[in-house]
Amino acid sequence: MKAVFETPLYPYQRHADQDTDEPQRHHVVIVGAGPVGLALAIDLAQQGIETVLVDDNDGVSLGSRAICFAKRTLEISDRLGVGQQLVDKGVQWHLGKVFCDTRKIYEFNLLAEDGHRRPAFINLQQYYFEMAMLERVRVLQQQGAPLQLRGGNKVAAVLSHHDHVSLQLDTPDGAYALNADWLIACDGATSPIRQALGLDFVGRVFEDNFLIADVVMDADFPVERWFWFDPPFNRGQSALLHKQPDNVWRIDLQLGWDIDRDAEKRPENVIKRLDAMLGSDIKFTLEWVSIYTFQCRRMKNFRHGRVIFAGDSAHQVSPFGARGANSGVQDADNLGWKLKAVINGSAPHDLIDSYDSERVYGADENIRNSTNSTDFITPKSPVSRIFRDAVLDLAEHYPFARPLVNSGRLSMPCVYDHSPLNTPDAMVSGPSRTRPGAPCVDVALCDGYLLQRLGGRFSLLLLNIDSTIALEDIDEAIDQVVLDASLDLTGALSERYLGSDSQAVYLIRPDQHIAARWSTFDPLAIASALQRALAGGSLTCV
Amino acid sequence: MRLILNPNIAQPDQFYGDLLAAHDGLSDAESHAYNARLVLILGNHIGDLEILAHALDAAKLASLKE
Repeated sequence: MKAVFETPLYPYQRHADQDTDEPQRHHVVIVGAGPVGLALAIDLAQQGIETVLVDDNDGVSLGSRAICFAKRTLEISDRLGVGQQLVDKGVQWHLGKVFCDTRKIYEFNLLAEDGHRRPAFINLQQYYFEMAMLERVRVLQQQGAPLQLRGGNKVAAVLSHHDHVSLQLDTPDGAYALNADWLIACDGATSPIRQALGLDFVGRVFEDNFLIADVVMDADFPVERWFWFDPPFNRGQSALLHKQPDNVWRIDLQLGWDIDRDAEKRPENVIKRLDAMLGSDIKFTLEWVSIYTFQCRRMKNFRHGRVIFAGDSAHQVSPFGARGANSGVQDADNLGWKLKAVINGSAPHDLIDSYDSERVYGADENIRNSTNSTDFITPKSPVSRIFRDAVLDLAEHYPFARPLVNSGRLSMPCVYDHSPLNTPDAMVSGPSRTRPGAPCVDVALCDGYLLQRLGGRFSLLLLNIDSTIALEDIDEAIDQVVLDASLDLTGALSERYLGSDSQAVYLIRPDQHIAARWSTFDPLAIASALQRALAGGSLTCV
Repeated sequence: MRLILNPNIAQPDQFYGDLLAAHDGLSDAESHAYNARLVLILGNHIGDLEILAHALDAAKLASLKE
């Protein structure tokens, strides 16, 4: 049987654009149909923005690659119409165990807070994530969404102009030219577009190699995350065992720096290592093997005129903490509504600059977190190893040291605290977690979940307030979501959104981030906050 | 609360003696590991990030002057 990633899902087809004398111009061209490009394409298609998504390949990614999809990614996927499919297919786990040598030094339970529709995260092969997204693309296309997907289209040249970008695309039928109002480069860490434009990509290289193996086996290991420091089967290094759907297990083995990469990748050598880890009585087959080194780096800016970078093309992190695909999907989430507002003329181009400032801020946070994990897992100096080992030794005996053990932190969404789109917090004692800049926190209501009612457009969340805003007071289409205490069965709505106040008004962006909040209803303040959220920093403070 | 840099241990000789005694018979590597564990235990007991930052700074000696 062919593996799913060997099947062409969007094979090359000749398009009318290839037969015109003049290059055709499109609103948005996205390069790269990975998780980030697909998420953005779906978001734009749902908003009715004309988009062409091109990729030099014609199927899903080879091997499992990204396997941990965090709650925020699932919430975004809900808005994109694929969340349930991902959760149904994915593996959920709560228990993590940390071993040092042969000793289990502690275990942790990731039982999430109540009242969220989605779990803390799921394990799922990247190719399933992409398949779900591709199916969604097909459904949207059948419904008439203005989205084209072109496989076998490889970017050969890119030229950035003042008000558009011109592209040269290679296809099996030869090259053709295309123009785009906006070009979104979701073309991965090696981004040919970034290279073609000669843009910087600086950061820190970690001198280490990791062997990743996807192994198919009918083992009765529990569905848990197991992480080893210095295990007997990989002395002086680390190891990770993680369950994916279809009896596929992800195994990560740290190899160190001075290795023979080709030799390590040979199946007989991989099998020898896995036998040592799993015990020679366990039968398995290798699905995919890869060796990687990694870097933590980002572009100085993610926007360059009409070219915008999203996902790995803009920033790269270590794999510890699942911040690659998850942060890339947040990039797409952040960019989609801004592109729409600019293309539709309801916002100035400065709004796109807020994508740059907000997601650069997010990338720095992710790089910081994943660098911390990396420094813990692979100490870079004798003294950092002494402290690392001290933490592990203490963690076995005393609870206080366990939070210091860092084998990869849960990926959390970024709070855009200093965003130019925020209106200063006007709730004196409002809960910190729902302050302006934060993504909305989910709450179970008596008839569903809060996040199901928000997103896609600007929303006004009115809590225990009778009035609604008159639509003639504002220009932008806005949803008004009126909730009162009777829907708040658990008290979580009040705890997460009211604090000690009895009522509140929240202005929520299309990406479910909070732009402003008040404890009283003031239509003028709302209109002004909405204007600020669309102005992208071009509005001067009075 | 501020970091205490004035005498705060009632029996200084006792504490210092105990500290050295804890290292008796340890190899250099074991002593380094012991010190690291001790720092982490004491750091957790203090808990306050501001005081810890002050302590990290104070231990450099050079930047003691305010």
